[in-house]
Amino acid sequence: MNDRQAHVGWRAARFWARQRFMALDQPLFFIFCGLVGLSLLAVYSASHHDPDRFLSHVRNLALAATIMFVLAQVPANWLQKTAIPLYSMGLVLLIAVELFGDTSKGATRWLDLGITRIQPSEIMKIAMPLMLAWVVHQRDGLKTPADWVLISVLLLIPVSLILRQPDLGTAILVAASGIFVIYLAGLPWRLIIAVTGTGVFLIGLLVLFGDQACAPGVDWPGLREYQRQRVCTLLDPTRDPLGKGFHILQSMIAVGSGGIWGKGWLNGTQAQLDFIPERETDFIFSGFAEEFGFLGALLLTSLYIGLILRGLWVSLGAPTIFGRLLAASIALTTFTYAFVNLGMVTGLLPVVGVPLPFVSYGGTAMVTLGVGMGLIMSVARDRSRMTQGFSLQG
Amino acid sequence: MEFSGRSSSEFRQRASVAAFFVALAMIGLSLRFAQLQVWQHEDHAARADENRMALLPIQAPRGRILDRYGTVLARNDAGFSLEIEPFQVDNLNGTLEKVSNTIGLRPAEISRFRRAAAEARRFDSIPLKTKLSDEEVAKLVTRVADLPGVNIQQRSIRSYPFESSSSHLLGHIGRVSRADRERLEDAGLSDDYLGVTHIGKLGIEKSYEPVLKGQPGFQKIEVTASGRLVRELGLKAPEPGKNLHLAIDFGLQQKVEEAYKGRRGALVAMVPKTGEVLAFVSQPNFDPNAFVDGVDPDLWAELNNSLDVPLLNRALRGIYPPGSTYKPFMAIAALASGARKPEDTIQDPGYFMLGNHRFRDSRPEGHGRVDLKKSIVVSSDTYYYKLAVDMGVDNIFKHITPFGFGRTTGIDMEGETAGILPSSEWKMKRFGKEWLTGETPSIGIGQGYNAFTILQLARATAALANGGKLMKPRLVKAIEDPSTGNLIDMPPEVETHLKIPEDWLTLVREAMIEVNMSGTGARVMAGTPYKVAGKTGTSQVFSIKQNETYNADRIAERLRDHSLYVAFAPAEDPKVALAVIVENGGFGAAAAAPLARQVMDYLLVERVKEGRALP
Repeated sequence: MNDRQAHVGWRAARFWARQRFMALDQPLFFIFCGLVGLSLLAVYSASHHDPDRFLSHVRNLALAATIMFVLAQVPANWLQKTAIPLYSMGLVLLIAVELFGDTSKGATRWLDLGITRIQPSEIMKIAMPLMLAWVVHQRDGLKTPADWVLISVLLLIPVSLILRQPDLGTAILVAASGIFVIYLAGLPWRLIIAVTGTGVFLIGLLVLFGDQACAPGVDWPGLREYQRQRVCTLLDPTRDPLGKGFHILQSMIAVGSGGIWGKGWLNGTQAQLDFIPERETDFIFSGFAEEFGFLGALLLTSLYIGLILRGLWVSLGAPTIFGRLLAASIALTTFTYAFVNLGMVTGLLPVVGVPLPFVSYGGTAMVTLGVGMGLIMSVARDRSRMTQGFSLQG
Repeated sequence: MEFSGRSSSEFRQRASVAAFFVALAMIGLSLRFAQLQVWQHEDHAARADENRMALLPIQAPRGRILDRYGTVLARNDAGFSLEIEPFQVDNLNGTLEKVSNTIGLRPAEISRFRRAAAEARRFDSIPLKTKLSDEEVAKLVTRVADLPGVNIQQRSIRSYPFESSSSHLLGHIGRVSRADRERLEDAGLSDDYLGVTHIGKLGIEKSYEPVLKGQPGFQKIEVTASGRLVRELGLKAPEPGKNLHLAIDFGLQQKVEEAYKGRRGALVAMVPKTGEVLAFVSQPNFDPNAFVDGVDPDLWAELNNSLDVPLLNRALRGIYPPGSTYKPFMAIAALASGARKPEDTIQDPGYFMLGNHRFRDSRPEGHGRVDLKKSIVVSSDTYYYKLAVDMGVDNIFKHITPFGFGRTTGIDMEGETAGILPSSEWKMKRFGKEWLTGETPSIGIGQGYNAFTILQLARATAALANGGKLMKPRLVKAIEDPSTGNLIDMPPEVETHLKIPEDWLTLVREAMIEVNMSGTGARVMAGTPYKVAGKTGTSQVFSIKQNETYNADRIAERLRDHSLYVAFAPAEDPKVALAVIVENGGFGAAAAAPLARQVMDYLLVERVKEGRALP
């Protein structure tokens, strides 16, 4: 306390800032900075013909960093109080979208509030893990069948609403964030193995009988025609090299032509000459890997591994069930983002609208990710303040 | 909020499993990067380059064609042309209508365009109207912006300034057709024709295609996905095509064409010493300009169905019995075979009897006692009926063959016809029948199965004039490299040197001179300041095609004999040798000889006065 009184004015401000900064989880912060650095390079390269675009990206990054910084100062148990309001609001807005939403490009995702347009499904990316973690926390684990029913309903309602828009990418991310919570809270292994096994079996069938399943006129239960097309295009991009397969092919050519060392910053021909679709957003990695090569791709991958493992590590040190479920779920959702995006641009996964976390241009996703980082840091802060030596990290 | 021990260790276990899967998935992704970026790198790099680089062909200017005195007969005109890329047009009929409303298109132009479009490759730009006037360009400029796929292009357009004159000689170029492309591919020349839209189709343009064409250049450019040019990566300049200097005297060509006065026929005039072709005329003509960007179907049908067969190159491909112009050659053959000596005589009563068949002389009362020289001067058919029978068809074949009858001359123009020099072997092969002795007499007077080109006749005449050298006729005298101006002369080529004794040649020459002093050519050649050795000929028209149904006048005209004449002059030092036919022109002296007279007067008098004497 003496210290604090000793500092006044400018020095006090500096001391305060330093304290606030020290409250951030340092490894997470530096990994975040690394990703931001790569993002600035990649987005500049993809949009240097349009300076406004780059400036707006810098603004988005600054906004995300600010949100992260602010949330990192908030004690995690305060966050618990936001779970119900945020989730309820998200749900109401999703229903509103279903009823009054704006439709563009065949999908109803936006809600016009008069002042601004918002995409409520984005709120759910945060609200879902918060809500489920809070429920598990309240019930002290999932013990009764009622708990399971409750948590399943909480998961499925928003996900099915988002699927109806339709927005497969966001639905996957929202579902993943919830499923991770449930998994960590104790989803029976037998169920996990059964579901995973069935999934692997279905994918195997698809690879083996892709030609038949992709014949025109075949209907897949539960998926829309355009989603079926995407899967089919993935199975064999050359089926339609000038149409839907074009994006995947050009993206793979971009990545592959980068080689080990890359073509050099701003020298990627595939990206610079417009062969890459969505090269600032979902396909940002294609241009990045073209210009920075295998080494650049490894660096980026390492940063993601670092970020995710650090998030899991933070969760292990969390003092509450809520904290550890939240932090671990967000870390694993970030992994889902990265994996789905990287798998998509390298032709391993179907094209779904998932941006590359912290790198792709795009304000909404960036804010969401900033919130997620802030939440993990908030949990990390609690860990250092409250566990006082006791933690699972032990 | 207490931790139960079970749930804590459970959480830790589950987090570790998740971490393990995260690591596994990320390693999997890294392997995928390695697969694309390390193992398959070269493939992808090549495809990326393929994506970004494009070769833009630069057309090489085609060589010009000039006559021996520098008159330009084929050139390239810069002009604007209205072109359509059909693959970019959704509603072709609508577009054509809009264009037509702007500048007015004739139905022929539209049908010509459709024909060319049907032949073209997918991304070709097809000219709809070439050589636009300034006014048309002005009207179109404002319209083309609303018409996708319609462009005004500056093009170099092949033009033949003298239009139909000499069309058979020059030929024409035309758009590269599907058949051309297949032919080029087979010849391994496809690369030389990247971006080349036109190719020689006929005449000199076709025969000298490799010389005239030049090598197209390339601009290597970087393009965006939408095909926009970013920058130039490299340039290979085109190599312009070479100019051809023909041996032809175009003034003479035009004079002869005029002299035909709408009649049909062919004339070939050569320099006997060198084989240079001074005139190569086939009448009637057609306008080659109409063929450059595809001929319109109506004109094509008209040319094809015309009874005058204007598309037939008569000098190169028309075959005719030589009639009495054959007699000088038969005379040499007789001497060479030993069947006759110059002093041997026969009695000509006006006919020749073979068995009980009477072969009539053109002069019913006969020529009395006839020796070899007189047989040529008076054109005694009886002499040659008997000679032919005495020699036999195969002996004639053997001793006439050296003059080049019945085989191609090797002139530097594609499409030459060999004609027919009959023999018993030929007849067996052609008709599967034995030779009949009754067929032999007509052979002696240049009738029967004999069918030669005027080019062959001219060359054989030149051989009489130059002491027995059978020259290879040459239309092109020199090839000029336009960048350096260097001329490469095409040397004279002797195909065979016939070993004809000088006194035989002298005998025939004197007989041919006498023809024009006292014989059949005397009236036409009266008063020439040079001495002409020549021989008239009249060849019978045997039949007309069965499906030709025309009015009686026309048929009567077409049943008239062909009029022929061969000559060289000046007789003592020949500078020109020629053969000429006027189809259905009647007696040789009536139509063909006056044409020959004009040629010789022009070359040996008029041109000499202008200081353009022949070597």
